[in-house]
Amino acid sequence: MASTISAGRYVGQAVKRLEDPRLLSGHGRYVDDVQLPGMLHVAFVRSNVARGTIVSIDTSAALALPGVRAIYTGADLNPRVGMFWHTMMGPPPELGGQTPYAPLTPLAGGDVRFVGDPIVLIIAENRYIAEDAADLVEVEIDVQQAIVGWETAIDTDQRVHPGTTTNVGQEFPLPEGPEVDALFAGAPHVFTRRFSQCRATNVPMEPRGIIVHYDQYVGDLQIWAATQSVSEWKATSSRLTGVPEHRVKVVANDVGGGFGQKMMMTRDEAAVVMAAHLFGEAPIKWTEDRRESLMAANQGREEIIDVTFAVTDEGVLLGAKVFFWEDIGAYPASAGSTAGMAGAVFPGPYKFPVVLPGGSSVYTNTVGKAAYRGPWMMETVAREQMMDHIAYELGIDPIEIRRRNVIHADDLPYTTCTTMVYDSVTPSETLEQALEMLDVAAFRTMQADARAEGRLLGMGVAIYIEPSAVAFGILSSDQAIMRMDNSGKVIVAMSTGNHGQSLETTIPQIVAEHLGCNIEDVLLVQGNTESSPTGPGTGGSRSAVVAGGAAMNAALKMKDKIVQIAAHMLEASPDDMEVNAGVVSVKGTPAKALPFAMIAPVAYQMPEMLPPGMEMGLEVTARFQPAGQYTWSNATHVCTVEIDPETGMTKILRYIVSEDCGRMVNPMVVEGQIAGGVVQGIGGVLFENMIYDEDGNPLATTFLDYLIPTAPEVPDIEVGHIVTLAPGQTGFKGMGEGGAIAAPPCLANAIHDALRHLGVHPTAFPLGPSQLLTMMNEAKQA
Amino acid sequence: MSDEVVVKLNVNGRDHKVLVEPRKLLSDVLREDLHLTGTHVGCEHGACGACTVMVDGAAVRACLLFAVQVDGSKVVTVEGVTPTDGTLNPFQQAMQDCHGLQCGFCTPGFVVSMTSYLDDHPNPTDDDLKIALSGNLCRCTGYRGIINAARTAAGLPVPANAADGSDH
Repeated sequence: MASTISAGRYVGQAVKRLEDPRLLSGHGRYVDDVQLPGMLHVAFVRSNVARGTIVSIDTSAALALPGVRAIYTGADLNPRVGMFWHTMMGPPPELGGQTPYAPLTPLAGGDVRFVGDPIVLIIAENRYIAEDAADLVEVEIDVQQAIVGWETAIDTDQRVHPGTTTNVGQEFPLPEGPEVDALFAGAPHVFTRRFSQCRATNVPMEPRGIIVHYDQYVGDLQIWAATQSVSEWKATSSRLTGVPEHRVKVVANDVGGGFGQKMMMTRDEAAVVMAAHLFGEAPIKWTEDRRESLMAANQGREEIIDVTFAVTDEGVLLGAKVFFWEDIGAYPASAGSTAGMAGAVFPGPYKFPVVLPGGSSVYTNTVGKAAYRGPWMMETVAREQMMDHIAYELGIDPIEIRRRNVIHADDLPYTTCTTMVYDSVTPSETLEQALEMLDVAAFRTMQADARAEGRLLGMGVAIYIEPSAVAFGILSSDQAIMRMDNSGKVIVAMSTGNHGQSLETTIPQIVAEHLGCNIEDVLLVQGNTESSPTGPGTGGSRSAVVAGGAAMNAALKMKDKIVQIAAHMLEASPDDMEVNAGVVSVKGTPAKALPFAMIAPVAYQMPEMLPPGMEMGLEVTARFQPAGQYTWSNATHVCTVEIDPETGMTKILRYIVSEDCGRMVNPMVVEGQIAGGVVQGIGGVLFENMIYDEDGNPLATTFLDYLIPTAPEVPDIEVGHIVTLAPGQTGFKGMGEGGAIAAPPCLANAIHDALRHLGVHPTAFPLGPSQLLTMMNEAKQA
Repeated sequence: MSDEVVVKLNVNGRDHKVLVEPRKLLSDVLREDLHLTGTHVGCEHGACGACTVMVDGAAVRACLLFAVQVDGSKVVTVEGVTPTDGTLNPFQQAMQDCHGLQCGFCTPGFVVSMTSYLDDHPNPTDDDLKIALSGNLCRCTGYRGIINAARTAAGLPVPANAADGSDH
């Protein structure tokens, strides 16, 4: 059902962002910009070893430093914790839930479990003094051999979390499948590969930050934070401190990125909450510096994926077994593992008769695993590279093997072997559009000509289907609370936590479109628990779908009431009314019209002019709950590269994305999300590597060691759109994570294509210059 | 800790006299003492460029300077490169038109860097622009909108297929 969807007055238009003038002129308001009277500052003393027992902590010299106001250790804060769990994940098993959290304490207790583990929290008059004091704290640690790497974690009898019986966090054994074993035994070809990706980290340009004030006389816990979800943090802080939830107030103003890292409250932030609750006297602020961020903020990826595919001579897929190994560090956000999700969506765009997934996540003495843009994306990383490996084994073109297995329009609705139901996806159409944008034949000619000169060019393809707007638990719905004030202007309050997604523009676009007013007359209020409804915040590619749906439903309800009032005032039938640009008029009789600014005062002040029985005021609430557990979007990425045979450096020549995210609220914003995700994916293959030595020391704690892409390294990203509507009213599909999901295997496949004639078949990230040179040299010697 | 010293700065055309420790960073003095919080601190080791300001006409990292080092200097921050009539300067306007910002945290550094660069280099090539942008890190945009904004402000062509807000 590929079709061209006409844009509305606002929805579908590349509306310029309403938030930009403030942010471009230096008038944003991020958490570190908040200065409160009497505010004090926090610094942490962190562990400089990965594993060991704390023998002693001497804070006397630090306490004696002028300007130091309080110093807390784990012994002070940890016993005061009520409960430490997250609403989105539910309580731990001992409290009746199912989520196997790591044993969370705000500060280290008797031992330290990674380099960067917070041991002591210092409150001082400014950050300079707090850091001076941190240097004066003496911590003696009986160092033990760190548990680093998942194989070590499984083999050792030592435990990351002392007193536990295993280093395995979660385990999903490969299902028993005798009929699958028989299928594999009889298959024409069975291929096995192990793919891995190195550890990466989210790197929001604004590190973590939080200000907390417990006013013991009022009884309120007031928090300003860099968070993706104020509701989540309100509830977590209430459980931590015991302050009743309605007395906890959380504000997030502008938030400088998150990519998953700022969804759940982490231990450091919990320590600040607990310290403020104990301290009481004044607001305290902690602003993470970049070294702390790279050393102690949760990180992503670091996965190994074992895949076995059974295929026919023609490359038709018969089945797959896949096992995910994850290193989730010491204290992952939530439970850390995403193997369950990765297994469920592993079939992706292809018609697999059967897939058996399993997984195991292990604790190690490293920083905990975070959700990082497409947290389950190891399935696409493995599947899309495996398609190329199989193609080359069978002597089939990687494009052709995809065409033989991809889901087509006439297969829909399609239920995957893992019971996922696709109703409106276009993997085949995006594949063909992306290939046409490239001009494959022209590239192959150029590649052959270049190879004759000793130059190394390659092209890669990756297809994926994105499970957007995951709907479970508190993620299942969103609410919009809308009111029109006396002058006809509209305020819509939502649980969203904008941190770069452009919601200040896209939500008003949706409201203005469906209410029939000007976008300037709509304001989104978010990031404030006192004015916004309870909800999950922003993450998981869900705000356009779920929050957007709620905004649309509220706008339609508001419009209905406005129309009824106007019709009554104009002595016309509501069915004969139309609404445009904030004016309600009788169809065909433009003279009979009332602007919102004349209708709204009637609703608030003149009950006698309202239709009989109508309640005064103009306030509506509405919810949206997606029809399915996932709203599927999809895309195909194609790129071309040239690798310098002398330096091993990869240059990306072209990068093409063809995507289908349904009806686009704002194509400019959609393309911005794609570009940002793609470049994060490129970084994860070519530049970024959060590496630890065997003692658990992080070796990339500055931006000179942890390299994120810069402007000269990125190609012009070319985007094509195919629009098929999502089922349900809005037609929106989420797409925030997909760029980062498909880019890594697409780029790896291009590198593979450039080097395979040399006998180089990469399976592990990073694929930086030194790795490629090493592989090329080894292949030459072999 | 050391005794505080008087530092005189002209910031965005206004004279200031602040009493600060010699070790206090220019970025912290701008943010905390002068309440000019548009200058953002993203790394404190001179790598990310979010804190870029102009000192006596040159773009510099405010996190790598002590305020006392620039005593007597003219400092221009992101607030100061913004026109006072409610409009945006040409690079700022191009950033909005080309979707050159998402979360906005790195944005002030790009604005100051490129405003300064384009003032000094009115006819850059496409490669010149990318090199000029390489001193600032952005994690949201993939640089697509930022590079296109720089091209627009420099009068260079922008690839045809980018959706932008120039019609709205």
